[in-house]
Amino acid sequence: MTEATSETDLVLDVTSDEASVAVAPPRPVERTRASEGPTARPATRTTEIIVVTSGKGGVGKTTTSASLACGLARRGKRVAVIDFDIGLRNLDLVMGCERRVVYDFVNVINGDCTLKQALIKDKRIDTLFVLAASQTRDKDALSAEGVRRVLDDLAADGFDYIICDSPAGIEKGAHLAMYYADRAVVVVNPEVSSVRDSDRILGLLASKTQRAEKGDRGITEHLLLTRYSPRRVATGEMMSVGDVKEILGLDVVGVIPESPDVLTASNAGTPVILNEQSDVARAYDDAVTRLLGESVPLRFIDEPKKGLFARMFGG
Amino acid sequence: MDLLSIFRRRPSSANVAKERLRIIVAQERSTRGGPDYLPVLRSELLHVIRKYVNVDVEAIQVNFERDGGHEVLELSVALPERPVVSSSVPEPA
Repeated sequence: MTEATSETDLVLDVTSDEASVAVAPPRPVERTRASEGPTARPATRTTEIIVVTSGKGGVGKTTTSASLACGLARRGKRVAVIDFDIGLRNLDLVMGCERRVVYDFVNVINGDCTLKQALIKDKRIDTLFVLAASQTRDKDALSAEGVRRVLDDLAADGFDYIICDSPAGIEKGAHLAMYYADRAVVVVNPEVSSVRDSDRILGLLASKTQRAEKGDRGITEHLLLTRYSPRRVATGEMMSVGDVKEILGLDVVGVIPESPDVLTASNAGTPVILNEQSDVARAYDDAVTRLLGESVPLRFIDEPKKGLFARMFGG
Repeated sequence: MDLLSIFRRRPSSANVAKERLRIIVAQERSTRGGPDYLPVLRSELLHVIRKYVNVDVEAIQVNFERDGGHEVLELSVALPERPVVSSSVPEPA
């Protein structure tokens, strides 16, 4: 399936990998500076940590993490995607690698296995790796120190991107998922509780992260709207991209249309971005393009124009 | 949208949602990082003000700002257009 991607009508120029790196304006911080000493690495490699977060559950964090990770990896980036939802592992199912989980995130932190043993290599894209959450019920299984060690090791291993799939809520797992991040993708549904909760998360991103505590340039925050229905926006039943953007004051990195394709994809264990027939896949791919620093216009946010007849008599 | 809806103009539910969110988000942001007593302070102030002026719950804004070295607690009360001093004000004891 993936071999075919570069030839098909994916709309975006997938081959110009070098070029997209050159234009990407938000340069990641050189991770090596933070850990000087015997483990210091050459300053040429940079790893960017992106947290996918939301506050509210069920808005599409895992779907988004899986698709962004796939999209970045498909452009030749080395990507690790980590499930921070300890006790409620699910990223493995969405990525379709649930039967290959032997060791998990907590095993690596506890030293039960090496990082290499726990990283599950994706069968479709060979620069993509999954680190599954532990199913332990121990709430303190994750420690800030342990998480930092794993992230540092991934950086040392030459990963370009680390995607942290945050659990819902504002508890420890969510806190640790965002703590070391350079950027945040805040996943929001155009619906009151989701918008309010994500504003809470924005408050935490601005205060409870390493970057905020150090006082240097804070985390770069992006808004990603999911389950967007242009038809309901047109009839005034759903807040528009502009409304949500205005309330939260964030730049929009993507608008993902409401679609049955998302459920079909998770049923199959294939990240939805890989379904080339789907508008959802195109919308996620646009988001990846924007994450890489290129600006492309938003698509799938307007309802297809209806004729006068249809407008007068409904339908 | 059908022909009838042209004559049936009411505020769209999306606009209602946006307006409600605008207010609550602004309020939560203004108290974010501030002391924990702010919500209680706000409700007690509201209680006192309502003894004299019949104001709406949303008419009181309490803002807490950190500006460099000092902290500012800013209180603003929007009075109704025609301030009516309620006659049933209990006499101060």
